[in-house]
Amino acid sequence: MNDTAQRRIRVLLAKPGLDGHDQGAKVVARAMMDAGFEVIYTGLRQTPEQVSRIALDEDVDVIALSSMAGSHLPFCRKLKPLLEANGLDDKLWMIGGNLPAQDHDALRELGFKGIFPTGSKLDAIVHYIRENAA
Amino acid sequence: MNDRAQPTLKRVINESGLEVQPLYTAEDVAASGGDAMIGQPGEYPFTRGIHREMYRKQPWTMRQYAGFGNPSDTNQRFKYLIANGQTGLNVAFDLPTQIGLDSDDPLAQGEIGRVGMSVDTLRDFEIAFDGIDLDKITVSMTINGAAAIAIAMYLAMAEKRGYDVKQLRGTAQNDILKEFIGRGTWIFPVEPSIKLVGDTIEYCAEHAPKYSPVSVCGYHIRESGATPAEEMAYAFCIARAYADEVIARGLHVDEFAGRLSYNFNIFGNLFEQVCKFRAGRSLWAKIMKEEYKAEKPGSMWLRMIAAGGGGGLTFEQPELNIVRGAYYALISALSGTQTMALCSYDEAYTIPTEYSARISLRTMQILIAEMGLTETVDPLGGSYYVETMTNQMREKMEQIIAETDAQGGIVKLVSEGAIQAKVSAQAYKMQRDIESGEFPKVGVNCYRNDQEDEHPVEFHPYNEDDARVQIESLNRVRAERDAERVTRALAAVCDAARAGANVMPAIVEAVKAYASVGEITQELVKVFGRYQEPIRF
Repeated sequence: MNDTAQRRIRVLLAKPGLDGHDQGAKVVARAMMDAGFEVIYTGLRQTPEQVSRIALDEDVDVIALSSMAGSHLPFCRKLKPLLEANGLDDKLWMIGGNLPAQDHDALRELGFKGIFPTGSKLDAIVHYIRENAA
Repeated sequence: MNDRAQPTLKRVINESGLEVQPLYTAEDVAASGGDAMIGQPGEYPFTRGIHREMYRKQPWTMRQYAGFGNPSDTNQRFKYLIANGQTGLNVAFDLPTQIGLDSDDPLAQGEIGRVGMSVDTLRDFEIAFDGIDLDKITVSMTINGAAAIAIAMYLAMAEKRGYDVKQLRGTAQNDILKEFIGRGTWIFPVEPSIKLVGDTIEYCAEHAPKYSPVSVCGYHIRESGATPAEEMAYAFCIARAYADEVIARGLHVDEFAGRLSYNFNIFGNLFEQVCKFRAGRSLWAKIMKEEYKAEKPGSMWLRMIAAGGGGGLTFEQPELNIVRGAYYALISALSGTQTMALCSYDEAYTIPTEYSARISLRTMQILIAEMGLTETVDPLGGSYYVETMTNQMREKMEQIIAETDAQGGIVKLVSEGAIQAKVSAQAYKMQRDIESGEFPKVGVNCYRNDQEDEHPVEFHPYNEDDARVQIESLNRVRAERDAERVTRALAAVCDAARAGANVMPAIVEAVKAYASVGEITQELVKVFGRYQEPIRF
């Protein structure tokens, strides 16, 4: 343990678009809180503009999306330039949920380096953040 | 007893929190309350079934959830399912439609026709149900936030095609309270949302007395993390909230309770599930009879769809979901449901293909044709285990309802986010238990195929062009309709909402004028406002 006053990792966990399935997002939020991260959970129906603004205002280290209803690619295409415009390209971008394997490369190219499709383990998500968050 | 050391049996507690014994006898039944609440099928308290002959007379309705793309795409899938022996329809709407947005709304971009069919105006209903005999095939609509509009469109479409709306059967999900707990397609704040549900019940009681305006869903509460006992108990609390809303307007319980229906989940332990349904049936009858003073047996019936099972299906080894689906269908049949549907094996990934939807349909048909599930009513009735557990499940549900009432009632607890926080904490614990292996899940934490990286799932193609076609179609309707009539009708919706009157007559008039889902929703938002989600962990 590092006993210098180290800043806790701050995670923005957002539900993009109109998808109302938040069971998984809330489970992941709890796992992140248990891991000692500060979690800003947005609730449902966030627009790309909202996600980008909250990420900036809350000065987060991680921007994580939970998408279950298939609109992840159009959403991330809109979100990417907004995050860049806010100077957030050095943050860790992640996405989880119902993400077909065929879309993973496209998500990676959009800057979402952490991809956690349905079936991912909570500990794997937490570990990935510890290893990769600034 | 032999003299070998007795292995200590591990205690088994089911998901609802009840201990399961290695053996049950008549003494256990007696200790749990005996046969006081069993009765005969078709008689109060209906533990064994709401009808005397049950499936001997008519098997359960088979109603796979379907809908995607434009109404014409969905119409084709409907016809495919009907041609394959499906006896009812359950319509999936896309998210913009479900939350009251038109296809040309900027927020709808990327979501049109994705998880269900898109609907903007009555024209879309006309296309979706074209060529389908609404007397033979009953239609259930999975829509909640915008349910009042969808009901109005369905009734208007049927009337236009010459059906007598007074004789028309069908169901709208229209259970908004559970949307605040899970699923999330809310639009308006809690109070006006309940008022809207009341409006639809009141309107249908008078104008479409055979139509079921509400299907109260334990289903999604269970998916959100509730135990089976909580699933049913919370659903009853929600149904009571709607009943109270309508009774406060002066209706007698027997004027509407017979058209309330339910939607429950079927994944989990087979015996716990079957006992949940048997217990729930008698508890609902008791609530209606004793608390609400219902007199008609139909008002006491727990009419239900016992279906889905999505929460039990796995992403890993998806073909095992076909097997799970077969057991879930067996649970549903043993539970005495009126309607059945199964999540398809690929549904953890995508919208079911025709192929996977047909497997689900055939699974139910095998139970009817080959397994003898329709021959005898309540075949598990009389089992020491099942009767004991049924009594214990009923007691557990009564306990949960009493606790909910003592804490201020379901409406208050949902408004504050308390139920959401409770079931979400349970979902987290379950996920941890699955990951640790404490709660066994084949293919996930045991019997894994670690070499496997290819999943035999074909993805439902999303047609990017659907959105353009849908918006063009909406624009055509807007250009062709009587603009003045639309303006008048929309103003009337707003006026009715502002006056606190039942908004359904005005909504029906507006949909007949081809006002859109988004336009009508906007009028209601002006008066009701929008829901703000409480974030609580």
